[in-house]
Amino acid sequence: MNYLKTFTNGLLKENPTFVLLLGMCPTLGTTTSGMNGLGMGLATAFVLICSNVAISMFRNLIPDKVHIPAYIVIIATFVTILQMVMEAYMPDLYASLGLFIPLIVVNCIVLGRAESFAAKNNPFASFLDGAGIGLGFTFALTLLGSVREFLGTGSLFSFRLFPEDYGMLIFVLAPGAFIALGYLIAIVNKLKSKHA
Amino acid sequence: MKQLESNFLNMALVLTVVSLIAAGALASMFTLTEEPIRLAKKQKQEQALKDVLPEYTRLEEPDTINGLAIVRAYNGDVFVGAAIESSANGFSNAIKVMVGFDQKGKIVNYSVLEQAETPGLGTKVVDWFKTDKGKQDIRQLNPSEVNFTVSKDGGDIDAITAATISSRAFLKAISDAYAAYAQQENTDGQSGASPQATATPDSVMTDSVTFSLQQDTAIVAKNE
Repeated sequence: MNYLKTFTNGLLKENPTFVLLLGMCPTLGTTTSGMNGLGMGLATAFVLICSNVAISMFRNLIPDKVHIPAYIVIIATFVTILQMVMEAYMPDLYASLGLFIPLIVVNCIVLGRAESFAAKNNPFASFLDGAGIGLGFTFALTLLGSVREFLGTGSLFSFRLFPEDYGMLIFVLAPGAFIALGYLIAIVNKLKSKHA
Repeated sequence: MKQLESNFLNMALVLTVVSLIAAGALASMFTLTEEPIRLAKKQKQEQALKDVLPEYTRLEEPDTINGLAIVRAYNGDVFVGAAIESSANGFSNAIKVMVGFDQKGKIVNYSVLEQAETPGLGTKVVDWFKTDKGKQDIRQLNPSEVNFTVSKDGGDIDAITAATISSRAFLKAISDAYAAYAQQENTDGQSGASPQATATPDSVMTDSVTFSLQQDTAIVAKNE
């Protein structure tokens, strides 16, 4: 099994946001700025890695008929641990992400990778898969967040590039998120078709 | 190792064990982070107080007036101001504000503690009313002298462009806070910020008397 390929898979070839189109809710909701997107991506990556490894370690001990409730309990536990740690040591990020942190539990990417990869592969491969997909997700969210922040408010990671009055408000709101995401997916598809 | 068979015993056992391990992990994480969380919240509160009040050396224990939490600040024995937490229903959820008044009843500063308004529109409440532009800066204004409603409603404050509801809610929260502030003490005679409530409970009355005494000593001290 090619471990390097497992890791790089999640970065572009099976990027969860631009190719698999999973986890759209937090993608559109938390990318109002580059910093928020980055924080959300890293939080999800943490949960992905932990849940992938844990589920992979116990994949033979969990009977098939109860695998869904068991996986969800495991994922929810890691998300709650993450939430408590963020509230204690990163209060500003915790406040800006708000409700989206507990929503990581139902993020399709986490359960999806658990079912499709971690349940069938060894812990090390699952770790790499979780890390790759997590980083791909983080990259996608940071990119989308930066685009929306730049076009919508004129700043980039709170670094002002042009006055806020010239920003296009639509990109701060939901419709603009969809538009920006659509264009990014189109660009990724174009790049992929050229490579193939 | 082949996957465990899905018979009743296995399923019940595995689910129980998974839940127990999860519960244990969560309980230990909770005890580990309980203290830092409490400290982080306390620090945020203290920072908010520092931001909205004039210079002080000591704070009194939080009190409640009209259901709003109020913290009085002193520089030595001189009453310098009070910070009041107030909230009003904004466009989507409640907007929680902490606003600091000085002895004369003028707003020193405010800090939005919680809001869930529309990003880019209502979220501007965080800075809009502290920006020195047109008639939107509420700092150094006294709610008893200035009409604290949006210009659209005949008031003196400029609302956030395209976010009138959030602005109205914010100003209402400030006005409620001021009403509570005016009730708790007889501010410096000149500003004329007289308490509007006719029935003041005994404990509040004694407080006002103490404050006026302190005010008098302070004024005397200043005149020397």
